[in-house]
Amino acid sequence: MDKFSVFSSRLVEKSENFTSGHRACQGCAEALAVRHVMKALGRDTIVAMSTGCMEIISSPLPLTSWRVPWIHNAFENSAAVISGCESGIKAMMRKGKIPAKKINFVAMGGDGATADIGMGALSGALERGHDMVYICYDNEAYMNTGIQRSSSTPYGASTTTSPAGKASIGQHTQKKNMAQIAVAHNIPYVATACSSFPFDLMEKVKSAAETPGAAYVHVLSVCPTGWRIPTQDAIKYGRLAVDSCVFPLYEVIEGKYRLSYKPYKKLALTEYLKGQGRFRHLTDKEIQLIQQRVDKDYERILRLSEEEE
Amino acid sequence: MARQRKGIEVSIAMADAVAQANVDVIAAYPITPQTHIVEHLSEIVANGELDAEYVPVESEHSAMSVCCGSSAVGARTFTSTSSQGLALMAEIFYIAASMRLPMVMALANRSLSGPLSIWNDHTDTMMVRDAGWIHVFVENGQESYDNVFCGFRISEDPSVMLPLAVNLDGFILTHMIEPVIYEDNETIRKYLPEVRMKNALHPDNPVSMGCFAMPEIYTEAQMGREQGLLDAYPAVVKAWKEWGDLTGRYYRPVETYRTEDAEYCIVTMGSYGETAMEVVDALREEGEKVGVVKIRLWRPFPFEDFRSAVEGKKSLIVVDRAISFGGPGGPVALELRSALYGRPNAPAIVNYVAGLAGRDVARSDFRKIILEGKAKASKGETEGFTLYGLRG
Repeated sequence: MDKFSVFSSRLVEKSENFTSGHRACQGCAEALAVRHVMKALGRDTIVAMSTGCMEIISSPLPLTSWRVPWIHNAFENSAAVISGCESGIKAMMRKGKIPAKKINFVAMGGDGATADIGMGALSGALERGHDMVYICYDNEAYMNTGIQRSSSTPYGASTTTSPAGKASIGQHTQKKNMAQIAVAHNIPYVATACSSFPFDLMEKVKSAAETPGAAYVHVLSVCPTGWRIPTQDAIKYGRLAVDSCVFPLYEVIEGKYRLSYKPYKKLALTEYLKGQGRFRHLTDKEIQLIQQRVDKDYERILRLSEEEE
Repeated sequence: MARQRKGIEVSIAMADAVAQANVDVIAAYPITPQTHIVEHLSEIVANGELDAEYVPVESEHSAMSVCCGSSAVGARTFTSTSSQGLALMAEIFYIAASMRLPMVMALANRSLSGPLSIWNDHTDTMMVRDAGWIHVFVENGQESYDNVFCGFRISEDPSVMLPLAVNLDGFILTHMIEPVIYEDNETIRKYLPEVRMKNALHPDNPVSMGCFAMPEIYTEAQMGREQGLLDAYPAVVKAWKEWGDLTGRYYRPVETYRTEDAEYCIVTMGSYGETAMEVVDALREEGEKVGVVKIRLWRPFPFEDFRSAVEGKKSLIVVDRAISFGGPGGPVALELRSALYGRPNAPAIVNYVAGLAGRDVARSDFRKIILEGKAKASKGETEGFTLYGLRG
């Protein structure tokens, strides 16, 4: 154990910067992730959000769930909008137009906004190295428009535009690995997190915000509606994703890998897949193939983390 | 900088004006013929002559997005683009106006693809005509330089709060070396004080910007945009008047040349106004009672100024630089026809589209357009438009 952080719910920030009363679906683990992220970031934060579930549920004019300055502009450009906020504030502080103060600049988007349509804007912002955090809430499909596949949808998942059928397994491409793409930009901080591990999530968001320069946090956000699971099981499926090593939690700090959580006992992939409507058509043989892929990807992360130790 | 007259490329003069305006953020992506403006600005920032963030974005879409972000935090923001770049940023171009984000854009007008062409016409700007920006057209280097300051003054006016595009003809203006009078920094500071935006994004005053609208409120939001743009008109006139009082160079929404006793007029927008004036001088000597009407303010459209400028004229020959395909012809003629529709004794309108993608329109061509247009008007041939110089 190389960290001695005390995980105590009593020590968590009490104030809510993403408030109740928003219109997320029952059991939405993405809204929960946003809540925890906003606790970690605190009030001195400017948020730029992409169009998507979280934007739609939190900002029906003239209402808002945001207690921090918040801007929504379009679907694919939150990374560019936050670049502008950061540049503007930086210039004005330097010129003495406004008092100097530490402000967190945070862009947020779903997996479609991040891995698909907003990829260029994100890559540009990471490359330019703005002092910002980009948080991707990955629920593995375009849930806001009705569960269409994205490049972040895992292999074999049935969605409304990658339906499983006699001639198709459903999504027939592999999930795009956004965290690795962020790492390839040589930015100082990249992490994966999941709202089923709230302390880990909050700690990573804090680290990302404290890191000068661009940081990227990829948050697996279970979507009961899109994954076709009971609403009370969102947290459970987040845990299963991590415990089966489908979604390993790790940090990459200045290029150095560190595994944040090693399951006591690695669960079989079937534990994670069973009960999810989007995977129910998969045969044992197909699950076997996916298991091999999961093992390979996990071993790679494990190896990279061990190399650093 | 002291007041001085310089022989200088218009793009450089415009970049110098942006520096004198003490902007905080410039975000731009290179595209011909806008490049000299942003190159020179990068240089000014690199040399420490302007304390600003130059954000070298990966696309025009992000250029406009960065500008929205920086304007939203209250920073003075500038960008520049042309043609395909404008097309790529069109989505965010609309949003900038809807969010009432002040900024100034130098729009170096260029044709839209396809076929791909880098040369000048007005097809790019006409694409975003209805976005809700303030659009100003300039004729020469001095006007380009001046309207950077007027642009910021108008755009950031608390009663306006809208983005503004200074349209200048690509190459014809951007790459031309002309004499330009630079005003001293003291004059600029007086004319263009620092404005602190009321609802800028800042943790001390958290606001939500860009909330989505259900049908119950979308209509009202659109009416707000329409009214906001109409209300900008007096601020535009005031800003130009005050600039004139300081520098002696006055601008008006619609400008006229030798129209007092004119029976008919040629109507232009942008750099063609200068050529038209020369041709009108020559025709006047031959006894033609002709004048020039120049549209400077394209949005909000100055209906009253235009109507009074052409009152009592027999005919107008409108030279457009773009085609509304499948429609009635050029966008300017379309606007003017609707401005005069149903008015008693309204002048007849003959529409020419000329100079597409940089095809040269020389003085002899203007002369031909004017005389041929006058004849057409007298014969009542006012339907549709003529594509001038079309080879058979």
